[in-house]
Amino acid sequence: MVERGAVPALSRVHRVVRRLGRVLTSPLLPDDYFALLRPDWSARESTGTVTEVRRQRGGAVTIVVDPHFRWPGHRPGQYLRIGLEINGIRHWRAYTITSDPDHPGGLVSITVKRTEGGKVSPFLNESLQPGRRVFLGEVEGEFTLPVPLPAKALFLSAGSGVTPVMAMLRELERERALHDVLHIHSARDKNDVIFGTMLRRMAERNPGYRLCEVHTATEERFSPASLDERCPDWRERQVFLSGPRKMIDAVTGHFDGAGVGDNLHVERFQPVIGTGGGEGAGGSVRFRVSDGRAECESGVSILVGGERAGVTLPYGCRMGICHSCVGRLRDGAVRDLRTGAVTVADGQMVRTCVSAPDGEIEIDL
Amino acid sequence: MGQKTAKPTPYDPDNPLYKLSDEQLAGIAREFDALHDQVFGELGEVDARYIRSMITFHRRLALASRAVLLFSRYKPAWLLGTAGLGIAKILENMEIGHNVMHGQWDWMNDPNIHSSTWDWDTASPAAAWKHSHNYVHHTYTNVIGKDKDVGYEIMRVDARQKWHPVYLAQPLYNIVLMAFFEWGVALHDLDFEAIRKGRKSKKQLVDEFKAIGQKARRQVLKDYLVHPALAGRKGFKSTLLANFTANIIRNVWSHAIIFCGHFPDQTFMFTEEEVADESRGAWYVRQLIGAANIEGGPLFHVMAGNLSFQVEHHLFPDMPSSRYQEIAPKVREICERYGLPYNTGPLGKQWGAVQRTILRLAFPGGGPRPKPGPHTEPPEVKARREASRDKVPAFP
Repeated sequence: MVERGAVPALSRVHRVVRRLGRVLTSPLLPDDYFALLRPDWSARESTGTVTEVRRQRGGAVTIVVDPHFRWPGHRPGQYLRIGLEINGIRHWRAYTITSDPDHPGGLVSITVKRTEGGKVSPFLNESLQPGRRVFLGEVEGEFTLPVPLPAKALFLSAGSGVTPVMAMLRELERERALHDVLHIHSARDKNDVIFGTMLRRMAERNPGYRLCEVHTATEERFSPASLDERCPDWRERQVFLSGPRKMIDAVTGHFDGAGVGDNLHVERFQPVIGTGGGEGAGGSVRFRVSDGRAECESGVSILVGGERAGVTLPYGCRMGICHSCVGRLRDGAVRDLRTGAVTVADGQMVRTCVSAPDGEIEIDL
Repeated sequence: MGQKTAKPTPYDPDNPLYKLSDEQLAGIAREFDALHDQVFGELGEVDARYIRSMITFHRRLALASRAVLLFSRYKPAWLLGTAGLGIAKILENMEIGHNVMHGQWDWMNDPNIHSSTWDWDTASPAAAWKHSHNYVHHTYTNVIGKDKDVGYEIMRVDARQKWHPVYLAQPLYNIVLMAFFEWGVALHDLDFEAIRKGRKSKKQLVDEFKAIGQKARRQVLKDYLVHPALAGRKGFKSTLLANFTANIIRNVWSHAIIFCGHFPDQTFMFTEEEVADESRGAWYVRQLIGAANIEGGPLFHVMAGNLSFQVEHHLFPDMPSSRYQEIAPKVREICERYGLPYNTGPLGKQWGAVQRTILRLAFPGGGPRPKPGPHTEPPEVKARREASRDKVPAFP
């Protein structure tokens, strides 16, 4: 299975037309014929048109997209999976949404830093032109502001990690909740700060927001030990952390050591799971298409079990995000390895990388 | 050349597989792998545009033909609409459906043109067909007893298949199969042998029958009820007849192309014994000599879904069909160097040979048919190839 855009929110009339029209167009959808007139009349998946490409400082670019369907909404700090075609091949990536929720024009933006040797980010930074069609996946991520909004907050960011922080700060400003916020951001120098001008202006007009820039070209790199000096009451603040892996590990260790790890909000992707251990008794899988069979011990995902048994299966992120590995469950029950929930899901698509069999199952893979 | 003694006695002494040494087989594997990788390294925008414009063309043609058939009670409209719909269905099944479901366009990562999501305008449900065709037929190609497409379990197309009085009727039911090929394929996908031997769970069988039932219901509803109804009371019967005719046109055409792919005299069949412990090179050779091409112009190749390049398709089932014509000269050249045949012929000749075999093998007995022998490039083809190699590209 291959990753596809989110299911668009459609009006009732549209849904009825689609269902009835299928009688005429089967096995295609009426959408496929509508798309002959205008590609964005197909509601097979969410799409949008790039309306603006705005260069940012620090080797980043903000891409403004006009979605073709009603935007489902997002919370500041969340990310969007976005797909675009480069030389005939569709690529999917996840980027932080930097636009405000409920934009009056319904526009959405992401901000992308150029990664050396990458495929998509250099293209977005150098070659993307307005007018291009992009595919919009799900809005995801738990790195968002809590409700109620924190009275005292500390933001720690570095490099392109500032993008979700920027979205959260704008939300706080809009809600007039920038009472006591300290933001420590690391970048190479003044010109390398993504959203630098916006952040500095925000600090000028909001006495409750203090911006502390650490320019690593001329000063020492930020270390959590310096918090006692920079922010003496760090133990009492809600802390939002976004940056490279090394920085996250150092800060997390520091907070756990001080016993205040609970105050920390981190953009944390799922660790790799599905290789064993955990709840459930496991079970056996029959792969109908590949004509294979696998036994999965407790905590072993369908994907890992199948691969260990020599079955070639599709896979992607291996952490339940990208939907590349899905197969239709035909018989039996599966356990979601992230939540432990068991579902009897005959005929439903399951992500094999985060699902384990619960007893005997059959799957169309 | 090291004749191998470990191999079973060949049924057909001309089978070129037995004239190749292990080193030669390894060389063949290396060369075909390299050809595959070269093409896959080049795939991009141009290829994507090809399949997308083919899909768009099919949808426009289907839409226009269905629109014309609203007036099918007038004879010219009936003729025009039926021809258009027949052509649209052929393109959809062959150049688009068959090839997309092979995964030839999966590299584009487009969920709407992908083997895991595609369904076609024919009676077979996609999932069952992909198993019986992509897996069973393309892995065990021409292995008697393993490849269920050798005679489709109802016909005797090789003398080594045991004769049974039922085969006396095969010339007759072949004609029925020709007309209703899509339904034959749908039932064939169930794999009756697997059912008989209990290799499928009861649940799987129920699901597969349900899938066929659902697909059949949708197809019949569309072609024989809803579209005719749209043509109004006066047009109902003529539109129904038009759709029925379009389906027959598609069935007869695809039956012809597909039967010409493996059953002309030139092709070799194998026993399970012969292919045990087969090397990658030997697999390529089996694909190469087990298939046969059909000669024709560019329009013919597109209408045949490029299965007129059956040899190239069997070597590289996952390669975009639009590339087969381009690699054909290189495949021929490899054949020539290793003393291998390159099976090809005009449609009439290939089709005639298939019909002759079906007639002959309806009766007991029969033996191997004469084979073409090692391929030599026709001088004019060679001259053309060499000329194109040395040509300085035109500016700009």
